[in-house]
Amino acid sequence: MTDASIGGAAAPRKKSSIHELDARTRKRNASEARFKAFGLGAILIGLFFLVTLAVSIVRSGLPAFTETVVDVEFTLSQAQFDEAESTLFKTAAYSDLFIADLRGTLEERGMQVAFDEAAIERLLGKVGGTLREFYRANPEQLGQPVAFQLPASSRVDGYFNGRVTRETLEDTRFLQGSDLDLVDALHEAGVIRQDFNWTFLTGADSGVDNPGGAGIGASVVGSFFMMLVVLVLALPIGVAASIYLEEFAPQNKFTDLIEVNISNLAAVPSIVFGILGLAVFIQFMHLPQSAPLVGGLVLTLMTLPTIIISTRAALKAVPPSIRDAALGVGASKMQAVFHHVLPLAMPGILTGTIIGLAQALGETAPLLLIGMVGFVARGYPEGFLGGFTEPNSAMPAQIYTWAARADASFYEKAWGGIIVLLVFLLLMNVIAIILRRKFERRW
Amino acid sequence: MQSVKLAASALAIAAVSASAAAARDNVQVAGSSTVLPYASIVAEAFGENTDFPTPVVESGGSSAGLKRFCEGVGENTIDVANASRAIRQKEIDACAANGVTDIIQVRIGYDGIVFASQQDGPAFTAFEPTDIFNAIGAKVLVDGEVVDNPYNTWSEFNSELPDAEIAMFIPGTKHGTREVFEEKVLLIGCEETGAYEAMVSGGMSEDDAEDACLDVRQDGGKSVDIDGDYTETLARIDANPNGVGVFGLAFYENNQDKLKVATMSGIAPSTETIASGEYPVSRPLFFYVKKAHIGVIPGLKEYAQFFVADEIAGPTGPLANYGLVADPELAATQSMVANEETMQ
Repeated sequence: MTDASIGGAAAPRKKSSIHELDARTRKRNASEARFKAFGLGAILIGLFFLVTLAVSIVRSGLPAFTETVVDVEFTLSQAQFDEAESTLFKTAAYSDLFIADLRGTLEERGMQVAFDEAAIERLLGKVGGTLREFYRANPEQLGQPVAFQLPASSRVDGYFNGRVTRETLEDTRFLQGSDLDLVDALHEAGVIRQDFNWTFLTGADSGVDNPGGAGIGASVVGSFFMMLVVLVLALPIGVAASIYLEEFAPQNKFTDLIEVNISNLAAVPSIVFGILGLAVFIQFMHLPQSAPLVGGLVLTLMTLPTIIISTRAALKAVPPSIRDAALGVGASKMQAVFHHVLPLAMPGILTGTIIGLAQALGETAPLLLIGMVGFVARGYPEGFLGGFTEPNSAMPAQIYTWAARADASFYEKAWGGIIVLLVFLLLMNVIAIILRRKFERRW
Repeated sequence: MQSVKLAASALAIAAVSASAAAARDNVQVAGSSTVLPYASIVAEAFGENTDFPTPVVESGGSSAGLKRFCEGVGENTIDVANASRAIRQKEIDACAANGVTDIIQVRIGYDGIVFASQQDGPAFTAFEPTDIFNAIGAKVLVDGEVVDNPYNTWSEFNSELPDAEIAMFIPGTKHGTREVFEEKVLLIGCEETGAYEAMVSGGMSEDDAEDACLDVRQDGGKSVDIDGDYTETLARIDANPNGVGVFGLAFYENNQDKLKVATMSGIAPSTETIASGEYPVSRPLFFYVKKAHIGVIPGLKEYAQFFVADEIAGPTGPLANYGLVADPELAATQSMVANEETMQ
C-alpha cells in the first residue's frame, strides 16, 4: 500500500490479474461470506424459535377447540320443573333429575358395564345451568323429550385427547378407573362423542369447576371495546400532538422538555399506568370498576407516547420539498400540513398506531389494578354502550386467569385463548396493511 | 376527519352515560387468589340460580383486597373482600378511618396445605415439621449448636427420607399461605428440633428467636419462593424430580395424576382429616361484607347467604367437591349472615 503510493517507480509493480484473486481480496470476500452466514444464521435462529413457538402454541391449544359431548334425550315434567324451581340450589336439582333420567335411559339400553349415578355424575360436566336456562326460556317443551348436547367432565375430555390415560389415572372423586369402561361403552354406543367446541369461541368465563362451559367470546368483546376506546382517543390526540410539535411548535427549552418527557413516558412500566388509572378514573372520576372504558383509557395513556413518537418520525420523513412547494404556491402552513404532509405520512402513522394497539392488546398488568382480572368476563354486555361500562375482562387477562387454575383443562383453554388472541392481532395487522396500501404514495 | 369527530363525540356520550349509569347492579368482590376459585364457583351458581346478575370476582391477593375494601363506602368501592387469613387490627383501623365501620366476617371453610412431589420422584411420603425446618431453615441445630444450615440432602438429617437434593418450592411472602406455612410448619419444626430453645439460651430475645426460626436459607436454590400461582409450583416440580412443593389441597386433588402427597406428622391430608383438625397444616378462609352496602347493592346479602348455604358450602356441595373443607360450624355462620352481625 505504502509502496504503491510513493510514485510507482520505486518497486516493480506486482504482476496480477483480475482473474486471479490476491490474498487481500480473498480475505475481504471471506469476511463478506462470513457476515452473510452470520446474518443467515440469525434469521434461521429467529425462524427456529418462531416455528417452535407456533408449533407449541398450536399443539397445546388445539384441544381447547374440541369438546367431548354427551348426546341424550331428556324429558322434564311440569311437576319436576316446579320442584326444582322451589329449591335454593336449582341447578343442582336439575342436574340430579338429569342424572337419574340418564341412568334409566342407559339401563333400558342395556349397557354391558356396571355403573351407578355417582359414575354418571363424574362423567358429566356441569349441566344444571344449561338445563335451567333452556326450560325457563322454553316452558312449552316441558313434558316432551328434548335432545340435549351437554359437555362431559374435563377428565373425560382429557381421556379423549390423551391428557388422561388409564396408566396414570388414580381413583379420585373426580374420576375412577372403572368409569373409563363406561366411557368406552358410551362412546361405542354413540352417546359420547367429540365435537367442535363452539362454546369456547362464543361463551363467557365459567367457575373453576366448569371448564366445559368456559369460553373466550366475552373477553374478545371486552378487548374489542378497549381497542375502540384506545383508537378513538389515542389516534387523534397523538396525531394532533405530533403535528403541533413537529410543524408548529417554537424551538425552545419548553418544547425540548415536552419531547424528552414523551420519550421517557414510552419507557414507563405499564403497571404504573394501572395505578394512575385506579387513582384518577375510578377513585377520583368515579367511573365504574372493571369496565372496558376505564381499561381503554388506561391503555390510551400507555399507547400515546408510542403513537406520538412514530407519527413524528413519519412527519419528519416527508421530504421538505413537498412542504416548500405547497408554501411556494401560496398554501397556508395548515393547508400545507393537512393537504400534503399528513397524507404522505399516513402509512407511517398507521404503522405506529397498529404497533401501539398491538402492545395495548396484549397488556395485562394495568388491568389487574382496575379490576379486570379474575372471574369478570361472565357474560356479554347489553347493547353498544353497555360494552364500555359493564364489567368485562380482556383476552390476555382471561388467558392469565385460566393458566392459574387447577384443572388441567383450563390450561389447554389458556393456550387456545392465545391462538384466538393471535388471530385477533393478525386481523388488526391485515386491516392496517390494507389501509397502508390505500394511502401509500411514492415520490 | 369527519368520522373521527363523530367517533370522539360518541365516546364522549358514552363516558357521560357511564358516569350516569354508575349505579352498580352487580356485587363486586376482590381479594385472595386462594378464595377466588370458590368464589367463582359460587358467583357462577348465584347468577344461574337467582335473578341477580353474576357477581364480579377479582383476584389480587388478600392484602390488596382488604385494602380496597377499606377505601370507603360507596358504589365505586368493592362490597366483599375475600381473604385467606383473618382481617388484621391494622386493617380494621384503616377501614374505620375511611368510614367502613360495620364489617361482617364470614368464615366459609378450611383449606389444607399439603406437601407434594413428582409422582415418579424420590419417595417423599412422610414429613415431620422438623424435616421441613431442617431442610430449609436458615440456621439449624447441629450437635447442640445453632449453625448455618449445612444440609444438602434430606437423608443427612433423617435417614428415613430419600437421599435426594433438597429443593423446596414454597409460597412467596406476598401469599397468605406463607403465613400458615411459617406458623404451623417452620416454627413448630424449629421448636421441636430444639433450635428455638438453643437460640433463646444463646442470648436472643424470644421475638428475635422466632424471627430467626422463620428465616429461610438462601443458598443454592434449596428453597425457592414462588410468587406466582400453584401452577408455577407445579411447573417447577415437573422440571425437577427432587422438588417438593407446597400446594393447596384442592390444587393437589385436581392434579393427583402428576403429584404424590406426603403425610405430615403421620397424617395424610384429606377433607376428613382437615375437618377433624388431625392434619396440622390448615387455615380458615373468609370473606368480609360491607354492611353499609347491604340494601344498596342489589343481591349482596343474598350472595353472602347463598355462599354459606348448606347446599353450597356444606360437605356435599360444589365447594367441598372442589376441595374446600366444609366448616363444621356452618350453621352459626349462616345465622350470623342472616342477622347481619358485624365484627366487634
